[in-house]
Amino acid sequence: MRVPIDWLRDYVDVPAGTTAQQVAADLVRVGLEEEAFHGGGVTGPLVVGRVLTLDKEPQKNGKVITWCTVDVGAANGTGEPQGIVCGAHNFEAGDLVPVILPGGVLTTPQGPMVVGARKTYGHVSAGMICSELELGLGEDHDGIIVLTRRFADDPEMLARLEPGADAIPLLGLDRETVEVNVTPDRGYCFSIRGIAREYSHATGASFTDPVVDLAEAAPAATDDGFPVRLEDHAPIQGRAGCSRYVARVVRGIDVSAPTPRWMSQRLVEAGMRPISLPVDVTNYVMLGLGQPLHAFDAATLGDAIVVRRAAPGERITTLDGQDRALHPEDLLITDGGRTPIAIAGVMGGAETEVGAGTADVLVESATFDPVSIARSARRHRLPSEASKRFERGVDPELAPAAAELAVQLLTAYGGGSVDPGVTDVGTPRPIVTVDLDPDYPARFVGVPYSRDDVRRILTEIGCHVEEVATTGGPRMRVTPPSWRPDLRTAPDLVEEVARIDGYDRIPSVVPTPPSGSGLTHGQRARRIVAEVLAGQGLTEVWSPPFVGDTRHRDLGWDPQEARARTVALANPLSEEQPLMRISVLSTMVDALVRNVARGAKDVGLFEVGLVVARDGEQRRAPTEDVGILPSEDTLAAIHAAIPAQPRHLAILLTGDRDRAGWWGGGRRADVTDVIALAASVAEALGVETEVRPADDVMPFHPGRCAALHLADGVLLGHAGELHPKVVASLGLPARTLAAELDLDRLIAASEVTVQARDVITSPVAYSDVALVVDETVTAAAVEASLRSGAGDILESVGLFDVYRGDQVGPGRKSLAYRLAFRAPDRTLTTDEVSGLRDRAVAEAARVVGAVQR
Amino acid sequence: MSGPNTNFDPVRVAALEPEALEEAVSTALAAAAAAAGLDELKAARSAHQGDRSPLALANREIGALPPSAKAEAGKRVGAARARVAEAFATRQSELEMERDARILVEEAVDVTLPTGRRPLGRRHPIELMATRITDIFVGMGWEIAEGPEIEAEWFNFDALNFDEDHPARQMQDTFYVAAPDEVVAHGQAASSHDGGHHDWPSSGLVLRTHTSPVQARALLERGVPLYVACPGRVFRTDDLDATHMPAFHQVEGLAIDEGLTMAHLKGTLDRLASEIFGEGTTTRLRPAYFPFTEPSAEMDLRCFLCHGTNPDCRACKGMGWIEWGGCGMVNHNVLRACGIDPERYSGFAFGMGIDRALMFRTGVSDMRDMIEGDVRFNAQFGMEI
Ligand SMILES: [Zn+2]
Repeated sequence: MRVPIDWLRDYVDVPAGTTAQQVAADLVRVGLEEEAFHGGGVTGPLVVGRVLTLDKEPQKNGKVITWCTVDVGAANGTGEPQGIVCGAHNFEAGDLVPVILPGGVLTTPQGPMVVGARKTYGHVSAGMICSELELGLGEDHDGIIVLTRRFADDPEMLARLEPGADAIPLLGLDRETVEVNVTPDRGYCFSIRGIAREYSHATGASFTDPVVDLAEAAPAATDDGFPVRLEDHAPIQGRAGCSRYVARVVRGIDVSAPTPRWMSQRLVEAGMRPISLPVDVTNYVMLGLGQPLHAFDAATLGDAIVVRRAAPGERITTLDGQDRALHPEDLLITDGGRTPIAIAGVMGGAETEVGAGTADVLVESATFDPVSIARSARRHRLPSEASKRFERGVDPELAPAAAELAVQLLTAYGGGSVDPGVTDVGTPRPIVTVDLDPDYPARFVGVPYSRDDVRRILTEIGCHVEEVATTGGPRMRVTPPSWRPDLRTAPDLVEEVARIDGYDRIPSVVPTPPSGSGLTHGQRARRIVAEVLAGQGLTEVWSPPFVGDTRHRDLGWDPQEARARTVALANPLSEEQPLMRISVLSTMVDALVRNVARGAKDVGLFEVGLVVARDGEQRRAPTEDVGILPSEDTLAAIHAAIPAQPRHLAILLTGDRDRAGWWGGGRRADVTDVIALAASVAEALGVETEVRPADDVMPFHPGRCAALHLADGVLLGHAGELHPKVVASLGLPARTLAAELDLDRLIAASEVTVQARDVITSPVAYSDVALVVDETVTAAAVEASLRSGAGDILESVGLFDVYRGDQVGPGRKSLAYRLAFRAPDRTLTTDEVSGLRDRAVAEAARVVGAVQR
Repeated sequence: MSGPNTNFDPVRVAALEPEALEEAVSTALAAAAAAAGLDELKAARSAHQGDRSPLALANREIGALPPSAKAEAGKRVGAARARVAEAFATRQSELEMERDARILVEEAVDVTLPTGRRPLGRRHPIELMATRITDIFVGMGWEIAEGPEIEAEWFNFDALNFDEDHPARQMQDTFYVAAPDEVVAHGQAASSHDGGHHDWPSSGLVLRTHTSPVQARALLERGVPLYVACPGRVFRTDDLDATHMPAFHQVEGLAIDEGLTMAHLKGTLDRLASEIFGEGTTTRLRPAYFPFTEPSAEMDLRCFLCHGTNPDCRACKGMGWIEWGGCGMVNHNVLRACGIDPERYSGFAFGMGIDRALMFRTGVSDMRDMIEGDVRFNAQFGMEI
């Protein structure tokens, strides 16, 4: 809401010399935050100049410039004519124009611009003759402002147009506007009246409610007013679409009469474009008082206005020329119930628009239901100044006063006469009183407000306060003012007390909660996972969880199957990425690509984040009205509709795992590195995992992928090299390595408390064996057979060499192990060790066909 | 038995004469001192302490002496041999020390050589910031709650008193989850509750627009009294640029107990501000509006860089205060929606930006740096923030 300070002064006593910044600082204390300041940006010298001579000079580039000499009086210090080059052609010698002299400052979209003397087109141009755009007075930049024309109808102003006179006050450039953000609960602040009231609350300045006099001046409803029937047969949530409709008719008006300059100036300052007298008057009243009005050309109306809901299939062409299909929930203003002539409170129809031929105007000043208007405005994508106010609730007592001000202004500036008939139909919703425990504000805020404080503040904001006795004790029965539909509960009133008394008076007291139990196991475990990986050289990243079919295809997945596991967004940022990710890798690869594109070669990344794992049909989650605890069934249905979102860990690795340097070459990361990283996380959480080959899991290389399982066989995820096709389609470096684990499963498994074993102190004995097996036999299988053959006394198995070659033959490999034996209670003899080793080898021979070399 | 052999007087064996012994000792000492290295010392030792050394030979002569002279000669030779042994031992240890010192000098390397064979990785600073904030809450005795990112509209809006038609629901720039396929197919989802927020059938699911739905989850799951904080990722339909991200991070605080007031809210915020931004950082409350709190306030932070004294301050842009989040007393409708009696319990809630806190604290000026995953960004920070 833009608030011209000059307009604010009409209703509240703003001390002379108060700047827009000061006004904003006062308003912020009562909850109106400033958004911007307007005006006051042009600084002089900006003076009135008389054009003495004017020469049109065609240029080589086809442009014609105007070389002028301008009398600026003594403003330039010499009294000599000022030479200025100008591009405009809408003026002639003798005209009075605004001239900014060197040193003056204009506001431009790029910031303040200091005007200087400059050489151009063969002249020294000392200053500028200004257009509306350059001075921030309007959009017109084709021509400069001709003051004699601008003030043609204002003899008082014309008399002030002397060469050299300060043009800043003449053009209103000293006027300032503060723009404030109005929160959705305070619809009344979408008016100068409302802001003035808040300014008064903030500063104690005297406030004069303009509505008091206007309501008095407004004539009472008569029987012979323009017939209006409210026929809402389908109220939304039981609330009538129109609770009050005031209509006044002005006849014989000259719609071509100019809008008075003070009014159009205020409209511009408030951010609206002047259009015509009738439209400007309705906008002016809306901005001033907060009541949206609509002006119909009365001649286009039939015998009555009927307010009703739209019928199926009905259409309307709105003022903006759009033909719109109407929805049965749309509230309409219709001509006699037949033709729609406006979407109530949102936008008027083209057919009944006030135009050049209009002589009789019907002014509509109505109260429409916030929900109905909000839905229509959204449905038709027509957020208008009117709908913005109706959505937040318009003071129902305002309608007659606003109509009165409108007809006063119309007749004052457009002539004509007001019909004596006054229409005022409908039943405003009754204002609901709130019973307030007078001690409640103190108890709720923690400031010792006295009962007098509470009563005084509530009265100050317009409430009627009555003391009543109830079974619960003495209460204040508070009737909120008509413009405060947001005051419905005791806490609403408490906020008013705290706000007007000042939030700065609230003390600072740290509460003492009952002792908490600290982080959960899962929360601690996640920190460990991240720290372990960062400690091993990986950098933590996070990526927005949006993906599309293309990415799924690139990862080697069936896009339909992927969709079946997730949900789509109805309004994604990009049509390419309408899905929520089912894998962290699927979005995290972008970070790797970005790092590589920026020149990094050896990169290790990890991300921990949620993915979707929808299991079964997607169901609709029920909703519920506010303030109601849903039934158990509803809550269960809500929970059931939320898809499972497990937390995954993903790792990406490319380039060297050990870097090259002065010490020699690097060691390229290979599949063992990424498996080790994945396994390290489990190890750090004290969880035993088993690695199995996984030859058919995209996006991994079929021969270079490991599945990590828990001891009970539950799959944690995979680690390995990415499939060459995936690497190619994603543009990743060759041989990129990746892993993705279900971290929730891992953390759940880590919750078991480890049971400690005694450390054995008897001596260790080693024995080495080399076993030849088929290439297809895994190291894990060989190791398992050795362990099972040797039994508990085998303490560890270390694979220290893998050999392939002539000595073992094609399709075979030799694995060399060092077995470490340790008995809990004695020193093992050489014979015992040999016996154990032989049993291990025999078991390996039996299970995996190993032959000792 | 013959008479004494006067020609042979073993009492006077030359090698055992004190002068001879002294001569042998001083020669040995000189040799020990002259040895320049351990090898030379070894040779000298063999010459002066070995079996064929003068002292060893002298020692052998003792046996030939008459018993009356043996003791004295033995003493003399023993003392001489001890002096020599000591001298060699001393020299031995001197030379060993010299050798050891020389080896250490020879083994010296350039310790300023680059060491980054496997550089340390880094956590993401947003996570570090969240960790820091989380620990402050835990230190105050609060617990940490979590919730899903794809959330039911009921938790995200209805439970928080966002009426379906209220303008506040429009301010949120919400990502809506598309309706289930069969609902779309039957064109039935535009239920009366859909309110026309959007042109598509409703799934009842959104990407949470704030961490506040965890308020309702915690109240339903844990009951009262309740002191929980919820850090997490939230979503708004903003395209990525220097000052916007479609996903960002908030931390929510919720306290419900008997007798909690706005003063407790203020106290908690002041405590958080000074813990995160430094001792003495205070907060300011300004009246505001949020559907789930009443009274509501915007929370400003006293600029921790300039304390309101620098018109060109990068943190507060010369305003002296920095907007940090919203807060207020929990709306009675929120308590009711979660089955809590607002006549008995009251409480407060607040939400603030983790990314914003990171930006203020560390001067990150472009939000894209926080989301793009460039390793150089993380590398600027340690493992604590
Ligand atoms: Zn500052």
